[in-house]
Amino acid sequence: MRALLAHRLAAPVAIALIVVALAFILPSNFYLRVAALVWISALAVIGLNLLMGFAGQVSLGHAGFFGLGAYAVAVLPAQFSLHPLLALLAGALVCGLIAFVVGRPILRLKGHYLAVATLGFGILIAMAIANESWLTGGPDGMPVSRLTLFGWRVRGASTWYWITGALLVLGAWLAVNLVASPTGRALRALHDSEVAARVAGVDVAHYKLIVFVISAVYASVAGSALALVNGFVTPDSANFIHSIELVTMVVLGGMGSVFGSLVGAAILVVLPQVLTTFHDYEHLLLGLMMMVIMIVLRSGIVPSLAALIRRTRP
Amino acid sequence: MTNLMTRMGLAALFAGAAAMASPASAADTIKIGSSLAITGPASFLGDPEAKTLELYVKKINEAGGVNGKQLELVVYDDGANANNARTFATRLVEDDGIVAMIGGSSTGATMAMIPVFEDAGIPFISLAGAVVIVDPVKPFVFKTPHTDKMACEKIFEDMKAKGIAKVGMISGTGGFGKSMHGQCLGVAGNYGIEIVADETYGPKDSDMTPQLTNIKSAPGLQAVVNPGFGQGPAIVTRNFKQLGFDVPLYQSHGVASKSFIELAGDAAEGVRLPASALLVAEKLPDDDPQKAVVTSYKAAYEEATGQPVSTFGGHAYDGLMMLVEAMQRAGSEDPQAIRDELEKTSGFMGTAGVVNMSPSDHLGLDLTAFRMLEIRDGDWVLAD
Repeated sequence: MRALLAHRLAAPVAIALIVVALAFILPSNFYLRVAALVWISALAVIGLNLLMGFAGQVSLGHAGFFGLGAYAVAVLPAQFSLHPLLALLAGALVCGLIAFVVGRPILRLKGHYLAVATLGFGILIAMAIANESWLTGGPDGMPVSRLTLFGWRVRGASTWYWITGALLVLGAWLAVNLVASPTGRALRALHDSEVAARVAGVDVAHYKLIVFVISAVYASVAGSALALVNGFVTPDSANFIHSIELVTMVVLGGMGSVFGSLVGAAILVVLPQVLTTFHDYEHLLLGLMMMVIMIVLRSGIVPSLAALIRRTRP
Repeated sequence: MTNLMTRMGLAALFAGAAAMASPASAADTIKIGSSLAITGPASFLGDPEAKTLELYVKKINEAGGVNGKQLELVVYDDGANANNARTFATRLVEDDGIVAMIGGSSTGATMAMIPVFEDAGIPFISLAGAVVIVDPVKPFVFKTPHTDKMACEKIFEDMKAKGIAKVGMISGTGGFGKSMHGQCLGVAGNYGIEIVADETYGPKDSDMTPQLTNIKSAPGLQAVVNPGFGQGPAIVTRNFKQLGFDVPLYQSHGVASKSFIELAGDAAEGVRLPASALLVAEKLPDDDPQKAVVTSYKAAYEEATGQPVSTFGGHAYDGLMMLVEAMQRAGSEDPQAIRDELEKTSGFMGTAGVVNMSPSDHLGLDLTAFRMLEIRDGDWVLAD
């Protein structure tokens, strides 16, 4: 059990198994859609987790990148008749570039200052999307043209389930490989102690920037995927509350845990659907559960449970 | 301790999941779905809409239901978030098995839900404002509220009758103000109106004096129009009075609530706006064909909720009643049959006005649905 948990590919393999298994269990398109939403959120959360859990940097503006990715697949095909897949890549590229340019000065900041700077950046993107209505349709949003692959129109909940599931597995696999690489080791050193890392010869600013760019690309791809699944985008996807949701998913699932990213995303996406049964107490229960989880499982669900298993089975 | 609490937490989760997985479906009820912005920034829309639907479904069931069956309303709160709305729409169609849908408080949420209902072939009556919902016409999508384009036309019609041709605009940059601003620019030419000044303000701005000063200096200015809602129009109205304009100020149907008059105070005196007859229910002449509908809805809503009536709840009333009549005419609860009958709705008198649907018009309201109101002594009065 311990050896299994410790293996580098444990998380992506587990995620792949879950994706395949759920496909046979889930009874209707509604469940498939909720699952696809979980995969998409989890993808963005894995990226943010690399930044928060491994490099120890907080971003409160990640929905900005998510929104840019979403609007890339909406605007580029509509304005320049670009293929949605190319638009997705273009969105990721643009987000990476923006993260690179913005990240250089922002990542010199520490702690709260960094959080505030990313917060400002995220709000800026959300405002631009809401106000440039000639391009983005303004606060009411705009439609996204359907994705066609080799003359086949991609539609239907189960198709998107598999596509987003595959994206998530790919994202998880890339993430664990990154963490296991020399870059990953440098990142973890940076997380534990920036000063120590610097003394050991790690180029702190360089690595912070790299992981910021990578996490922006994850968010952008997730945003594009959501826009394609929904066939419609609104500025909600880029707003501040969404940034907070992403951060909450990271913390809830467990910082520095790729599998935790999936668990955190699953809880925040599925719980509101479960709690509609309780109608009036929905938000109360959601808040209560999150509080209890954070008090009982202090370092996030997955790392805490993993530690528990290690302790009880020597 | 930790172990126990963890287990309890997980147990709670599974119990919830089990509750979610067992949708009750009885054959003798008609399921109607709704996804509204009951909480969040657009709750002023979703809250009265949800209360109206619940109130009237109860009334209809007490009176024996529709076609001998009881109505069952399934309402979800999407918080005006388009992504949530889309998920709830899927849930209503796939899991709850509804035969018709009312709702979508905001345009964004409505547009995100449309593909779900079009694919499933289930009639969808939206309660959101923008004209894009029914233009172009989509087979299964209808809507009840007036469009912002109609508000512009009503305002310009009133101006034309008074010989006003040079108009200044000051618009909010929120969804409502932005959309109506575009529609007004589009139809101004049809009424021989020239926009001589065009200013905007943000949703959180607390002073619009600079923009209004610009408008005031526009040569030949004869009137000012202010598309927007929330507190912005109240501030515009106060600044407008402070700057001593000598031309009329037109607000939009977005300010058609008592709180606007309270916020704007004395400055609201003489402001004109197009709005639903619901606001002046008691003041309508007795021979007005709409009077019975609006006074009875107003009385029922205010008695049940203890809150002043709003036009938004009225849109939900119109949607539900049109749906019920369509089901009665169809004599069945088949979604396709309901859709076909909805499209044939004619002469339906709702809180928004007379509705005459057709295959090329899924709104069915014309300009007579709007009343031109004026604010006098802190209350609405019919201007014409």
